Amino acid sequence: MIGNIIKKEFKELFVLSTILPIVVIAVVFGLVGQTIGNVGETMKEKPVIGIVDMDNGDFSDTAMSVLIEKAEVIYDGNDAEEGLEEVREENGVALLVIPENFSQNLYANHPGEIEIYWIMRGAGIMDSISSGAVEGLIQAVNQGISTKLIQEDSSFDPALVLAPTQRVETTFFKGKEIEGLSSSQLGNMLSSQSIAIPIVVMMLIIMAGASVISSMGMEKENKTLETLLTLPVRRSHIVIGKIVGSALVGMIMAAIYMIGFSRYMSSFQISDINLADFGLALGMQDYLLIGISLFVALLAGLSLCIVLGTFAKNYRSAQTLIFPITALAMISMFITMFKDFDTIPAVLRILVFATPFSHPMMAVRALMLDNYSLVIGGIAYTAIFTAIMIAVAVRIFNSDRLLTGSVQKRVALGKLLWGFRR
Amino acid sequence: MKAVEVRELVKDYGNFRAINGISFEVNEGEIFGLIGPNGAGKTTALRVIATLLQITSGSVTVFGYELPKEAGEVRKIISYLPEEAGAYKNLRGKEYLNFIAKFFGEGEKFQNMVQRGLEIANLGERINDKVDTYSKGMTRRLLVGRALMVNPRLAILDEPTSGLDVVNAQEVRRIINSSVEAGVAVLLSSHNMLEVELLCHRIALINDGIIVASGTVEELKNKYDARNIEEAFVKAIK
Ligand SMILES: Nc1ncnc2c1ncn2[C@@H]1O[C@H](COP(=O)(O)OP(=O)(O)O)[C@@H](O)[C@H]1O
Ligand SMILES: [Mg+2]
Repeated sequence: MIGNIIKKEFKELFVLSTILPIVVIAVVFGLVGQTIGNVGETMKEKPVIGIVDMDNGDFSDTAMSVLIEKAEVIYDGNDAEEGLEEVREENGVALLVIPENFSQNLYANHPGEIEIYWIMRGAGIMDSISSGAVEGLIQAVNQGISTKLIQEDSSFDPALVLAPTQRVETTFFKGKEIEGLSSSQLGNMLSSQSIAIPIVVMMLIIMAGASVISSMGMEKENKTLETLLTLPVRRSHIVIGKIVGSALVGMIMAAIYMIGFSRYMSSFQISDINLADFGLALGMQDYLLIGISLFVALLAGLSLCIVLGTFAKNYRSAQTLIFPITALAMISMFITMFKDFDTIPAVLRILVFATPFSHPMMAVRALMLDNYSLVIGGIAYTAIFTAIMIAVAVRIFNSDRLLTGSVQKRVALGKLLWGFRR
Repeated sequence: MKAVEVRELVKDYGNFRAINGISFEVNEGEIFGLIGPNGAGKTTALRVIATLLQITSGSVTVFGYELPKEAGEVRKIISYLPEEAGAYKNLRGKEYLNFIAKFFGEGEKFQNMVQRGLEIANLGERINDKVDTYSKGMTRRLLVGRALMVNPRLAILDEPTSGLDVVNAQEVRRIINSSVEAGVAVLLSSHNMLEVELLCHRIALINDGIIVASGTVEELKNKYDARNIEEAFVKAIK
């Protein structure tokens, strides 16, 4: 008896529309996994750096030999400009410069300065891995110098022996020169500043999307759709009405969620770095762009949901249809958190750009670095995406599909494509 | 002008031909019945005329407006009551009437429509309750009120009395009759061959997507030498 019920339930749920999204997600996660795998390899490799020794003293010799042993040195010369150019071209991580008077300072019981010029490529969590290896190098250099200090003479200040060098850091990132921050500090700062938006976007899309898809399911389940479609109101107005109505509901729900979330996040806020000090603060115009990006992404998500919603037979099947949207929103959130748009592989980059939700997620970081073309291009793409989805939805509303359901799916789809060709 | 003119209408669902070349006309001020057993193609025909389904071949005009080109114009002058219909469950009966009436008029026109809807539905105090607390008969009365309150030039009613008890069914028939006196043309379907004698001025008998006979009830009874339409239908499909 129970077997019979299990069989019925299984058959009802195990259909293409529920399996396909899982397959898509599996493929995407596979791609993501591959990128992360590549990162793992870069971690094992020696960091690629350039070195410039202007001191040519005892201690700089020690530092140099440690660096040459533990890193892949692609430039070893006297010209910082040239070295920087070389590191940039060879995809290196940083240029380490040991200035004049390094050894002299140490002999005089002062810490020696090491200038580090970071070449930063991305600000995602995964992008800062190679900079961690350089941090390890500095540790090794310090150790080498400490040992030498002790061997030379035991009268050095113990504090100096424990911390023989000081760093002076400059990070070059996407055309900006940011003084006083290492690339990992900058990366942390950028991601802590831009983590809230991806989460809001994800929540917003999922909440509003669920409400628009279930509204389609409910129209069918409650048998109100037929009446609605014979009322003197344009199909496009029905579609847009559903989108805007759900957008409002979604925004209210997301706002409630965000109030709780911001309290949660604020408990983690430890650093009080002022972004303006580094030329990274956002202006009015930037916030406006973020708002626009968020809004069009919401509309794009909802218009996609309407198209999916036309497949809903009832409230229950509507619940499964939201799944691809949830998956897309979550995948875009993770990808944009872990990697910068510029550092992900080309296939993923196309995927991320094509997913309308990822644009507001990337907007904050892009605007901090004045990458307006990505943000404005994203808004334009998302707007076009929305317009196309609404057109598709209106076309489906005009076809038999909504009322006749899957029996005619093939014919209706064929008609749809044929209609587009015209 | 004819309220409805259907010429050689064919409607396929995929490979299945549900309507196979039917033609009929509905005049202004009359109740025309599409009568046939379940699966004959009545709902399909009404959905095509109500602008819900695409035409496979043939032509349909409603008060001179041609489908599908002028579907927007047709929607302004028709009112369609689906066979199985519901109202939005989170709304109260009165709110549902307001929601529909807003598509058709404003101000006094709107008020009059809602007033007429309330009278037709005749749900008393219950009109202020949520729709999901209504019985089947109450929901149907609300929907009939909704369909007829908007003063359509053509009302398309799919099985308007199906599933209703005799009292409610009689009430709905009375409402349809009185709205025709007010000038509405009615195209309805029914599988209840006895009730149509009470209701329709002219009928078409439909079976397997084909109209087998049409005329007034008296004409058909005479033609097939039958005591009622049920008997006439059985003889017509032989
Ligand atoms: N969506 C559909 N897909 C395929 N066949 C359908 C569909 N709707 C109705 N049919 C078929 O079309 C025929 C006519 O149906 P219908 O118009 O509902 O008949 P009636 O209203 O007279 O009972 C039936 O054989 C029915 O099975
Ligand atoms: Mg029917």
